[in-house]
Amino acid sequence: MEQNEPDRLTPAQVAAMRRSFRNGRASLTRRSLLRASAGGALAVGGLGALSACGIPAAGKTQGGTSAEDHSSKEKVVNFSNWPEYIDVDDSGKHHPTLEAFGRRTGITVKYTEDINDNNEFFGKIKPQLAAGQDTGRDLIVLTDWLAARVIRLGWVQKLDPANLPHAFANLSGQFRSPDWDPGRAYSYPWQGISTVIAYNKKALDGVEVKSVSDLLDNPKLKGRVGFLSEMRDSIGMTLLDMGKDPAKFTDDDFDAVIARLQKAVDKGQIRRFTGNDYTSDLTKGDLAACVAWGGDIVQLQADSPDVAYIIPDSGYMTSTDNMLVPNKARHKANAERLIDFYYEPDQAAALAGYVNYVSPVDGVKPYLEKIDKDAANNPLILPDKAMAAKSHAFRSLTQKEETAYEEKFAKLTGA
Amino acid sequence: MAAVTEAPAPPAPTTPATKPPRRRGRFTPYWLLLPGILWLLVFFALPMIYQGSTSVQTGSLEQGYKVTWHFATYWDALSTYWPQFLRSVLYAAAATLLCLVLGYPLAYLIAFRAGRWRNLVMILVIAPFFTSFLIRTLAWKTILADNGPVVGALNTLHVLDVTNWLGWTAGDRVLATPLAVVCGLTYNFLPFMILPLYTSLERIDGRLHEAAGDLYATPFTTFRKVTFPLSMPGVVSGTLLTFIPAAGDYVNADLLGSTDTRMVGNVIQTQFLRILDYPTAAALSFILMAAILAMVTFYIRRSGTEDLV
Repeated sequence: MEQNEPDRLTPAQVAAMRRSFRNGRASLTRRSLLRASAGGALAVGGLGALSACGIPAAGKTQGGTSAEDHSSKEKVVNFSNWPEYIDVDDSGKHHPTLEAFGRRTGITVKYTEDINDNNEFFGKIKPQLAAGQDTGRDLIVLTDWLAARVIRLGWVQKLDPANLPHAFANLSGQFRSPDWDPGRAYSYPWQGISTVIAYNKKALDGVEVKSVSDLLDNPKLKGRVGFLSEMRDSIGMTLLDMGKDPAKFTDDDFDAVIARLQKAVDKGQIRRFTGNDYTSDLTKGDLAACVAWGGDIVQLQADSPDVAYIIPDSGYMTSTDNMLVPNKARHKANAERLIDFYYEPDQAAALAGYVNYVSPVDGVKPYLEKIDKDAANNPLILPDKAMAAKSHAFRSLTQKEETAYEEKFAKLTGA
Repeated sequence: MAAVTEAPAPPAPTTPATKPPRRRGRFTPYWLLLPGILWLLVFFALPMIYQGSTSVQTGSLEQGYKVTWHFATYWDALSTYWPQFLRSVLYAAAATLLCLVLGYPLAYLIAFRAGRWRNLVMILVIAPFFTSFLIRTLAWKTILADNGPVVGALNTLHVLDVTNWLGWTAGDRVLATPLAVVCGLTYNFLPFMILPLYTSLERIDGRLHEAAGDLYATPFTTFRKVTFPLSMPGVVSGTLLTFIPAAGDYVNADLLGSTDTRMVGNVIQTQFLRILDYPTAAALSFILMAAILAMVTFYIRRSGTEDLV
């Protein structure tokens, strides 16, 4: 108070001021309350309690991985997926393929769009899976690297091939045997994602972009180039550009890529590392060109004719979002039937025609042509032979590599 | 407290009750506090203890984390990420100052000059809160777009040349620069400045202004010697309510900024979610809390308003 009570004020004024501050109820101040509760917290907590805490190892849990399968008695399957990643009818309330599955099998699909981000979702299911408990989900969809991690941690169940005849027969060759799940013992792709270079014709204004090198070096694009904050996509595209194979690179290769990107960051070439929000930057022309996801580009092109994409000669990255059955899921067999259902080419076509990502199912084309001719001929949805030949996958990483690489990549993006 | 405990017993019910009215016990106030204290325990104290423990653990996701009293994490975190800490404090301070400069006249206007429009203007101040924080921030990307009218005007007026020279912007754009992040922070936290300012200004007795005028004080002197000192509680709580969340914010830096504008909130998010280095993330959070607590304590002492907050 001293500072704000200059002696120019009369005692009466000071008293009035104080009253107005305290509103006449000064006895129970927030400060004394805080002090009291802090004391309580210390008494409760204490150092002993502190050291008793700890985070258990996130490895395989005792007590087995599978729960009793209630599939035959309970005709449901709890399916967690990403938003806007399935067909929707015009009313916006029904998912035709899911309902077709229900009609045929009598199994009700409880479909929840509760996966917004791989990292966040991992944080969400980690406590239950680490403790060997049911997550309440029978089928989840995770991107390659996280699928690899949960398989490595032993948190998902081996699928029964006997329940997956269509999936086994129709899975596209390029997705058959990722190094993190050889022969697809634990996972089947929901959709594939291609990472390409997208640009805005108007914003480029005649500047030619054909490769990642153009993005990184062309001074005319300074401050108008975007890369993805997803490490594997940005690094993978740059690895390809430098003539390395993302499926077999070394630590030195990784460091070389980081150094190359760092140079572009330092000279202000790269505007931002973005998540999905690059789409608005690209349509507005704030980004002239960027590393982008194919499915987004198909959707953007519908509204903005200026947006286009190219496949660099050095190749492009493909990843998948994979369906997995977590440990202790109650309806494993039902989940397997659902996976298999989406590997019937007509169902896969219905899905691909709606979501615009890469369909992992062979033999979709004739069915998709009936639904949407443009989609059937779009190599971003059904890659042709030439396109598939340029597709590359990022190799799986050990936990140690993953931590080290993510840390280096975080430093590059500003930590 | 005395006022509460000495309060007379409530009048006995007029209808004959089966039970005699009970006297309020000495502990009644504490019973009333119980829900609040429990809430603090469960949602504040326990997470703090858990986080404190996490910050001194070592290990990895696969081997698990154990408490090893590894305090070096704090030092490592601070020595690696001090630029982001510094940036957070600078950006938050700049945003707070801007909020004060923008918010004070507005709060003054609402309190003394708005008349019957007062409620409407207040609603306008709060209205942005009806939409989500993210949507509001994303809207700024459209407003400040490179080819948009705002940046065009700033370029024509050569304002960006000045800000470029100051290092606040780069090239002919505002987005993905420090200026955009500070503007985003200012915009998002402005109501937190205006509302406390308004409350304390509104409470000032108008007769004090008349009295100052009677004593030949110019309007400026009246403001300097009467209005502003009396509005200090609002200034202090407004600046705190703006500075503290702004220093920990990561959304603005993420959406409006670039690689060289990342704040400590972004680092914590990355450490926790991407790198899965929980101890470093927890240590960073504690350092941020300690730094803010120290700055706030210093500020409250300096501004001499300890018993107001």
